[in-house]
Amino acid sequence: MKVWFYRLGSPKWFYEISERWLPWLAWSSLLLIAVGTVWGLLFAPADYQQGNSFRIMYIHVPAAFLAQSCYMMMAVAAVISLVWKMKLCDLVIVAAAPLGAAFTFLALFTGAVWGKPTWGTWWVWDARLTAMLILLFLYFGVIALQHAIQDKVASARATAVLILVGVVNIPIIKYSVDWWNTLHQPASFKLTEKPAMPAEMWLPLLVMVLGFYCFFAAVLFMRTRNEILDRERRTQWVRELVKKVSSR
Amino acid sequence: MSFNSVAEFFAMGGHGLYVWLCYGVTLLALVLSFVLPGMRRRQLIREQAQRLRREEAGL
Amino acid sequence: MSMPRSLSTVFMAILRRDLLLAFRRRHDLANPLVFFVIAVSLFPLGVSPEKSFLAEAGAGIVWVAALLATLLSLDGLFRSDFEDGSLEQLVLSPSPLYVIVLAKILVHWLVTGLPLILLSPVLGLMMYLSSDQIVLLALTLLLGTPVLSLVGAIGAALTVGLRVGGVLISLLVLPLYIPVLIFGAGTVNAAASGLSVAGYLALLGAFFMLALVLAPLATAAALRISMTNS
Repeated sequence: MKVWFYRLGSPKWFYEISERWLPWLAWSSLLLIAVGTVWGLLFAPADYQQGNSFRIMYIHVPAAFLAQSCYMMMAVAAVISLVWKMKLCDLVIVAAAPLGAAFTFLALFTGAVWGKPTWGTWWVWDARLTAMLILLFLYFGVIALQHAIQDKVASARATAVLILVGVVNIPIIKYSVDWWNTLHQPASFKLTEKPAMPAEMWLPLLVMVLGFYCFFAAVLFMRTRNEILDRERRTQWVRELVKKVSSR
Repeated sequence: MSFNSVAEFFAMGGHGLYVWLCYGVTLLALVLSFVLPGMRRRQLIREQAQRLRREEAGL
Repeated sequence: MSMPRSLSTVFMAILRRDLLLAFRRRHDLANPLVFFVIAVSLFPLGVSPEKSFLAEAGAGIVWVAALLATLLSLDGLFRSDFEDGSLEQLVLSPSPLYVIVLAKILVHWLVTGLPLILLSPVLGLMMYLSSDQIVLLALTLLLGTPVLSLVGAIGAALTVGLRVGGVLISLLVLPLYIPVLIFGAGTVNAAASGLSVAGYLALLGAFFMLALVLAPLATAAALRISMTNS
């Protein structure tokens, strides 16, 4: 059991395993996202109140899910990195942060664009969007800290601490923003407080969510592999790999 | 299908700009996210191969 | 003895060097920008997200945040050159320090002020400003941020040798920023009330011209003082 756990932390092992998983993840994500997009754009019925603009939901919701899941994953990796000093976790965090920030931005952008036809304004300071904006700030902080510290080991440790502080704060932030929102919201811009959706509407959403998760995993694997190639460049196995790949 | 014609599909009941803006930006973001790591990988391998060749030549 | 260099050669050389150095640390460049966005976001959270409040206060909020973000970036203007000794060389060089300082300030504005201007429409949108107001906001920032860089450089030059750079620069420079703030934010608010903005913009332009001519002189003098003191 212990051997398995520590083997999990070996960058070389991850590199080899990810090599096999990557094509599956990439193709699955392509298929799922393609199917979900076509289904959501073409076949799902238009919403009674919002008309066709609700189709943005098929991007906004998966992006928002991923924005939060990515941070949670980074938090788990941060714990493992601090407690068991597993280098692979440091690499995953470096790879994941910009990706998570990108999905957060996508969620904010699509949320704003969705808001314009629905409530007449590009942006509204409601609880969901504001909490997502703060999450984006948390991501920026992590990325900024990573780049500010030169020494890789110190950088990884500091970033891990920051991520954990952030993750503890997220429920506090959510609660505070919700409370703040109730004070200031006579006009209810309830973003996703919708009545239960019929199956024809949420099935494509499920497909898109799965597709986005697969996509995230595929890109995360690619980025982590790059980090491994970069950081482990002095090891024997990377040198041999580079020779083999570049001679093709 | 929820639309009766291709024209209707693109118009999205008047919300065409917003829907296609979102899907377009998302597509761009996804494609970039996928392509950039591939480019970086090639660059890393290239640089490392050069470094290795230099080291071996120097021996 | 080296050939006498023309002013434009010196200017372009420093410009190119500082741009290259800034590009190498481009992740650090994003920090004042992120601060800008966060600072603006604090106001809806701390005061009120109501459109009535934000639309009225928005221009001022964005201007204050731009000011603070610029202040944060000033400490780095001369510090890295000071630490590796190149600042001393620049002060001692036969080329006019005015031109060198001007080039550095231009780079500072390009990597700090210009991105703030480009980001301001998004923030204006979040503050529920009308599109006319957003255009005006960007215009006032365009006229104002160079003044912030120029005047801020004086503060940075005065404190470059000291250990306690950061907050001290703010104390020195903020009073000097107040006129720019008053007329910068005032322009947008005047437009909202239906008043003419030509006078405001002309005054901002005058500030710019004045700062362009005088601030590098003061900065050069301040640098010489700092170099002899440290």
